[in-house]
Amino acid sequence: MTTGEAVFTETIERDQRVEPADWMPDGYRRTMIRQIAQHAHSEIIGMQPEGEWITRAPTLRRKAILLAKVQDEAGHGLYLYSAAETLGADRGDLTRRLIEGRQKYSSIFNYPTHSFADVGVIGWLVDGAAICNQVPLCRSSFGPYARAMIRICKEESFHQRQGYELLLNMMSGTPAQRDMVQDSVNRWWWPSLMMFGPPDADSPNTAQSMAWKIKRHTNDELRQRFVDMTVPQAEALGVTLPDPALRWNAEREHYDFGQPDWDELRRVISGDGPLNRQRLARRRQADEDGAWVREAAAAHAARRSGVPA
Amino acid sequence: MAFDDAYRALTDHDDDARWAYGTGFADPFAGVPTELPAGVDPADLAAYCLMLGDDALIMSHRLQEWVTRAPELEDELALANIALDLLGQARLLLTRAGQAEGSGRDEDTMAFRREAAEFRHVCLAERADADFAHLVARLLVLSTWRLAAFDRLTASRDPMLAAVAAKGIKEITYHRDYAAQWVVRLGDGTELSHARMAAAAEAIAAPAGELFRPHEVEIRLAAAGVAVDPSTLRAEFDAVLGQVLTAATLDPHIFDTEMYAPADCGAAATMPPGPGAPGGRPPSGRDGEHTAALHDILTEMQSLARAVPGGAW
Ligand SMILES: [Fe+2]
Ligand SMILES: [Fe+2]
Repeated sequence: MTTGEAVFTETIERDQRVEPADWMPDGYRRTMIRQIAQHAHSEIIGMQPEGEWITRAPTLRRKAILLAKVQDEAGHGLYLYSAAETLGADRGDLTRRLIEGRQKYSSIFNYPTHSFADVGVIGWLVDGAAICNQVPLCRSSFGPYARAMIRICKEESFHQRQGYELLLNMMSGTPAQRDMVQDSVNRWWWPSLMMFGPPDADSPNTAQSMAWKIKRHTNDELRQRFVDMTVPQAEALGVTLPDPALRWNAEREHYDFGQPDWDELRRVISGDGPLNRQRLARRRQADEDGAWVREAAAAHAARRSGVPA
Repeated sequence: MAFDDAYRALTDHDDDARWAYGTGFADPFAGVPTELPAGVDPADLAAYCLMLGDDALIMSHRLQEWVTRAPELEDELALANIALDLLGQARLLLTRAGQAEGSGRDEDTMAFRREAAEFRHVCLAERADADFAHLVARLLVLSTWRLAAFDRLTASRDPMLAAVAAKGIKEITYHRDYAAQWVVRLGDGTELSHARMAAAAEAIAAPAGELFRPHEVEIRLAAAGVAVDPSTLRAEFDAVLGQVLTAATLDPHIFDTEMYAPADCGAAATMPPGPGAPGGRPPSGRDGEHTAALHDILTEMQSLARAVPGGAW
């Protein structure tokens, strides 16, 4: 074992942070870049489903909250791409990988937003699931990622509360609004459970990621945590969750629940979800439309510094 | 299964300031008196607050349309920030307009229940952006004008207007700088970006003139020490624009066009006429005269609020 390797192993064992300048195994570096990049892509693509409702928000206060939230997601993308860059990745290159379908983003964002209730339900369930997934990442073994996650998790928790608050208001409104909320919960519940990934038995990367302390809990553990946290919130809100198998198990002290349609998840991951093409097309269009602007900025900066572009 | 304590850190929400995230607006003005200044026609004050508030509301809408479309992530953040600032200013000004007219109309009634002819923004605010150069050109013009106006409004006899202006100055200074930097980068960038920046500046030069043509309400309120006569902002505007355009290697006199005709906004034909202007002066956005672009904006912006009467959000 080289000195670098020994230091790395010890760092991991002692639960300390690996920093960008430290020696690390190539596999660790590649895995970290991929994980952070896919997380960054998810933040950026995740702006789209709710972003569509900003111009139509029904009150100015809701418009401001939603705009601020979508802006937060852009900020999350920015910190995460920066964290990936500390490992030698390049933001432009990662964006191309996203646009060309070579790197993934969270499948949840391939589902459509049909009503303004979806804005609330995304905040409550999708940001809620993201929090369950991401809080353990605040202890990720890679320092820049762990630090980015602390800030991100704080902001996600505001998103969740704001989403839930919108739903509480809507439930106090007209019968049509209450139906809107229930319909939205029915559509987003199963996709939210899928956000934790396939069952542990089918999750090949988990063991290595747990050993490297990139991941701290298995998919099924996190999913259980999310269900346990969400069921009482649904009751308080006055909506039902669309799972006939859902019930408290006094022996386990956890809720039992049904399994999502894993074939659907596989289809969405492989590019065949309701809006995969549209989401990527929009990102690609923005990138293409902005190319001349970025080129101009580079040319101007080069001229300013006296270096030819 | 054991979970990190980090979860607990998220469940005690004691920093409630972050909740509002710039969305609550009653607090920063809690101490500001809301009585109307003596000797001022409340209808004039309401109309003036709508002029400034609608400029912000409608420009904010156009900025919101850029969300997920910006050329770079940093611009995604900046444009959303500017849109949020303007939205915040609009909320305060629309609320003040409702107070002044004594109608009980709140910010949402103002935003979502008025017809096109009741909006008082200049046509430059509602123009759709053909590309990023158009957006930054409009933002530069509108924020340069607005900064000059707010600077003077800090001394307004209306305490609310003075407070809004004082709060807004820092925001608009940033908006103007952001826009100016992009105008310079694009003007002095590549051949293509130079051509696009020049085309955008030329396209909006004539409509920009509307900002400086005083409306009767502005003149009356300026005399009463409440508003600004926009014709007095011209010199500062020309100086700033001249400097930015020169740095951008563009014609520094593009915006010297003193002439403004409603046709420059592509107005009329497609829209029902607004209430018109007194005294034979050509009607403008300040009178409620708008283009088809506003129709598109309102169709989008007001659709949901109007579709759910009595809705709670
Ligand atoms: Fe996020
Ligand atoms: Fe979020």
